[in-house]
Amino acid sequence: MSRDLSIDVHHITRVEGHGNIVVDMKNGELRKAQLDIVEPPRFFEAMMKGRSFHEAAIITSRICGICSLGHQMTSLKATEAALGLELSEQTIKLRKLLVHGSTFQSNVLHALFLATPDFLNVGSVFPLVETHKEVVLAALRLKRLANEMGEIISGRAVHPISCVPGGFTQIPTEDKLKYLKEQLETQGLKDVAFVAEVLKSLAGEIPVFKRETEYISVYSDEEYGLYDGQICSSDSGLYPVEDYLSVTNEFVVAHSSSKHARFNRSSYMVGALARFNNSHKLLKPEARDLAASLGLVAPNFNPYMITVAQVVEVLHCVLDSIDLLDDLLTTGLKQEKPNQQPTKYGRGIATTEVPRGILFHDYTYNRQGIIEAANCIIPTGQNLANIDDDMKKLVPEILDQGKDTITKKLEMLVRAYDPCISCSVHMLDVEFVE
Amino acid sequence: MSKPKVAFFDFTSCEGCQLNKLNFENDLLDMLKLVDIVEFREAMDNRADEYDIAFIEGSISSPTCVERIHDIRRRTKILVALGQCAVSGGINAMKNDQPSEWVRETVYGEDKYLFPSLPAMPVSAVVKVDYEIRGCPMSPPEYLHVLKSLLLGRKPELKDYAVCVECKLKENECVLDKGMFCLGPVTRAGCEAICPSFGQYCTGCRGPVSDLNKDGAVNMLKAHGFSEAEAIKRMKMFNTNDLEKTISWGAK
Repeated sequence: MSRDLSIDVHHITRVEGHGNIVVDMKNGELRKAQLDIVEPPRFFEAMMKGRSFHEAAIITSRICGICSLGHQMTSLKATEAALGLELSEQTIKLRKLLVHGSTFQSNVLHALFLATPDFLNVGSVFPLVETHKEVVLAALRLKRLANEMGEIISGRAVHPISCVPGGFTQIPTEDKLKYLKEQLETQGLKDVAFVAEVLKSLAGEIPVFKRETEYISVYSDEEYGLYDGQICSSDSGLYPVEDYLSVTNEFVVAHSSSKHARFNRSSYMVGALARFNNSHKLLKPEARDLAASLGLVAPNFNPYMITVAQVVEVLHCVLDSIDLLDDLLTTGLKQEKPNQQPTKYGRGIATTEVPRGILFHDYTYNRQGIIEAANCIIPTGQNLANIDDDMKKLVPEILDQGKDTITKKLEMLVRAYDPCISCSVHMLDVEFVE
Repeated sequence: MSKPKVAFFDFTSCEGCQLNKLNFENDLLDMLKLVDIVEFREAMDNRADEYDIAFIEGSISSPTCVERIHDIRRRTKILVALGQCAVSGGINAMKNDQPSEWVRETVYGEDKYLFPSLPAMPVSAVVKVDYEIRGCPMSPPEYLHVLKSLLLGRKPELKDYAVCVECKLKENECVLDKGMFCLGPVTRAGCEAICPSFGQYCTGCRGPVSDLNKDGAVNMLKAHGFSEAEAIKRMKMFNTNDLEKTISWGAK
């Protein structure tokens, strides 16, 4: 292979939103290896100004269809922190169930429908309907079950309806929760086991690449950090959520309509692998065993293993959902109204782990309960600098493998992060410049 | 007979409508027997030159969007706007009401001119749209109805009466009578009144009925204790382009 290389993947496929991969190497010197984010800007922070606390979560869930539940949760928690709204135990448990459902729905979608086609050398999941029908059916059933959790508890899996500041407008019936529990315990666990077996058989197809970076996620002492907790950096420890700006340090780069972020190093990683590295001890034992059997041991520095961490999380979420449903059904469901009586006004900051990583919403309310300022920091934006750094290390290492392989591995790398570009601009294409 | 070539494209949006389509877990495989999905960037690598039906999600909000949508229109026989962002500009259009300079500065600060941005427009502001599937997100049964009708060579029947009608058929307690805000009386049906059925109010995400009486709607909301300013602000959440004739292209 010559010492000149130019790659230009325009609008990379099988990711959410629009991005280009651009690589430019001249005389063996890597001049450019980056992910350009070309999604049109959305300007949500500006649109939030002047809106009332009832409306914040309705608007921010529209930042992203795939992460709409996560945006809604974080938005509600930020509003509740700002207005001093206390939540019932029941509300928190129902919300945790929603977060589990949305996490495992998204993880299944990414691992099986977007990433697996690469391992099997096809361009999409559609040919697999013929060649690997049982896997596709298992993944579809898991997705359906996760979406059903959303539909039963919040009315709709995309842009949920009944979650509002202070609680729920409608409480699901016990019969429906019993149905969910039965489904999770039987078909759900069976399908996860099957999907895990399939992934195990494909382990050899996962590229080997190592780059240690900083891993940032939500951390809680009590459980695998998803619904709430502190900010955890693998480099420097725990921070209260109020310190999020000094952790994320967003900055604008010309090649991306989504802002980049950095903390202790030039970049950091968020998402399933960051969560696994920081919180693996808090996974359900069965999920820890599954990780070990899939060759995932913390700390793991291979970004291509994000997909494996996602499947491990699917098992964890299914198991923890069964426990939460058990709790709720044992206590019995109370018909409670949302608590919407503000006890204060001002600023509220919240964080949740959404499938792609740690998400922050920060609102300032005036005394009328109207938003004066809003800020959202999105996981994909936080990963962008890390993706660029990975590409800069990876390209020289695989330079002798030919342009097609390099392009494929770069696309797989970007895809492994499961980027959600609509979110991040609140993107993806590979460009080789020759 | 070869299967119709169907393609999906996303513009400025959350891609939730496309995702909703992947959420037809039970019908997805049957659907694949009837159509050839030739382009769907969010899920597959393939690209195609021509399409029988192109589904467009998202608003037109940058110069690149304008070029792409022209190119797609040229290559497709039928073009369907999928979801409220494509149909009317949807929630993206909230920014059209605010001075564009201020909007850019709020988000990007001194780098505000790095990323060209236009007011968020419906697809129909730029090219001809043959059919619309409304809602944020689009309603899956309605999408299936449109797809099936087009495959059968029929014109899809779309509702043009208020959400209130569907809400009454569901025997829900009136949201306004409960003391909550609601846009059900002036919003197009087709969602089976899903939000009132889950204890929420109608946010107007499917756009107003075609013969909207705006003053009447405002008076009705005033009678239920909401100020005119609040009524209009909340009607605009998904419908700025429907209600506002002047949109901001720069400093206002």
